[in-house]
Amino acid sequence: MASLKDLRVRIASVKSTQKITSAMKMVAAAKLRRAQEHAEAARPYAERMERMLGSLAKAAVGQQGAPKLLAGNGREDVHLLIVGASDRGLCGGFNTSIVRDARRAIEKLIKDGKTVKILCVGRKGRDQLRRSYADMIVDTLEDVAKPRVTFEVADNIGQRIAKMFEAGEFDVCTLYYARFKSAITQIVTAQQLIPFAVEAEEASVTATGGAKAVYEYEPDETEILTELLPRNLAIQIFKALLENSASEHGARMTAMDNATRNAGEMIDKLTLTYNRTRQAVITKELIEIISGAEAL
Amino acid sequence: MADDRVEFELVSPERLLLSEEVEMVVVPGTDGDFGVLPRHTPMISTVRPGVIRVYEKGAVKESIFVAGGFAEVTPERCTVLADQAMPVAEIDRAAAERQLQDAREDLADAKDESERMAAEKAVTVAETMLQIGQA
Repeated sequence: MASLKDLRVRIASVKSTQKITSAMKMVAAAKLRRAQEHAEAARPYAERMERMLGSLAKAAVGQQGAPKLLAGNGREDVHLLIVGASDRGLCGGFNTSIVRDARRAIEKLIKDGKTVKILCVGRKGRDQLRRSYADMIVDTLEDVAKPRVTFEVADNIGQRIAKMFEAGEFDVCTLYYARFKSAITQIVTAQQLIPFAVEAEEASVTATGGAKAVYEYEPDETEILTELLPRNLAIQIFKALLENSASEHGARMTAMDNATRNAGEMIDKLTLTYNRTRQAVITKELIEIISGAEAL
Repeated sequence: MADDRVEFELVSPERLLLSEEVEMVVVPGTDGDFGVLPRHTPMISTVRPGVIRVYEKGAVKESIFVAGGFAEVTPERCTVLADQAMPVAEIDRAAAERQLQDAREDLADAKDESERMAAEKAVTVAETMLQIGQA
C-alpha cells in the first residue's frame, strides 16, 4: 500500500503532466487551424493542375518521345519512396501509420525483386525506418514545415527528384503522406509521382464527361509539357507537405486531448485512493487510542 | 451559367485568388496576349510574366500581376495557374527592386545551366513587376 506522501507526489506529477498535455493540445489546435487553411487553399491549384496535365497527358502518352517524367523510362526496377512524416513526436499514431503503409510497400517491392530507395521527409519517419532499412535511406529532409510549408521548399525537393530521375537513379517514384480529412481522421495516401499516373486521371475525366475537347497548344505541346511536368511535381509535393502538416497537428491535437482526459481520470482515481487511505489511517489511529484507553 | 460570360479562375499555389464570371479576360501568353471570350477554342498555353486584365462592360475592372504559369481555356472556362500572383495595386516597388537585385546576383553566381535559367527567369519576373508597378 502506497503511503500518503507517495500518493500526494503522484497526484502532483500527474497534474503537471495534464497541464503540459492540455497546453500542447491548445497549441496544436491553433496550428491546426492555420495548417488546415493553407492545405485547403492549395487544393484548387493542385486539382486544376492535375486536370490540365491529365488532358495533356492523354494526348501525349502514346506518342514517341513523350517526356520521360510523364511516360516513365520504360523500366520499373528501382523504386524511390518519399515518406512524409513529422519532425516531432507526441502526435499519436500519425507517423506510425504512414511508416506502416510505407513499410508494407517496401516489403512487397523487395519480395518482387525490386530495388528500393527511401527519401525521408521528417525526422520521425527516418527514426522508424532506420531500424530495418538503414541502407536504403538516401537522405532525410528535416524541418520542412518550419516555420511553415513554403512552395520554395517543395520546389527544391521536386527539382532534386527530377535531377535524380534524369540521372537514372530510380525508375518509379511514389510519395507517402497523410491526407487531412478531419482532426480525427487522416488518410495515408500513396501517390505515384513519376511516371505521372495517367490511367486514374483518364477514368475520372470520362466519368465527369468533361474535357473531351481537343486542345490547341501555345507555343506547342512538348514545350508546355516540359514546363508543366516539373511544376506539377513541385505542386504535388507542396500539396502533400501541406496536407501532412495539417494532419500532424490534427493527430497531435487528438492525441493530446486523449492524454489530457486520461490524466484527468487518473487524478480522480488517485484522489479517491488518497482519501480512502487517509481515512483508513485516521480510523486506525482512533482504534489504537480507544483500545489503549480501554486497556487501562 | 449565362451564355455570354466566361468563368474565370486564377489560382496560385498558395490560394485561389479569383473565381468569378466575367465578360472577358486578357491573358499574357508566351506567344502574345490573348483575350478570352465565351466559346473560345479549347487551348492550353504557357503564361509569361505580365498583367491579366479582367474586363467588365468594355472596361478594365481588375489588373492582376502574374509571374508566369499556365492557362487552360475551354469554351466556358478560363483557368490560369499562376506561379505567383498579386493585384497590380499591391505591388511594392521597393520589394520588387530588392527582388531584382537578388535575382541579378543569383544570375552572376549561377554555376550551371539550370541555375542560370532559373535566375534569368527571376530577373525577368522582377523587371516586369517593376515596370508594371511604375506605370
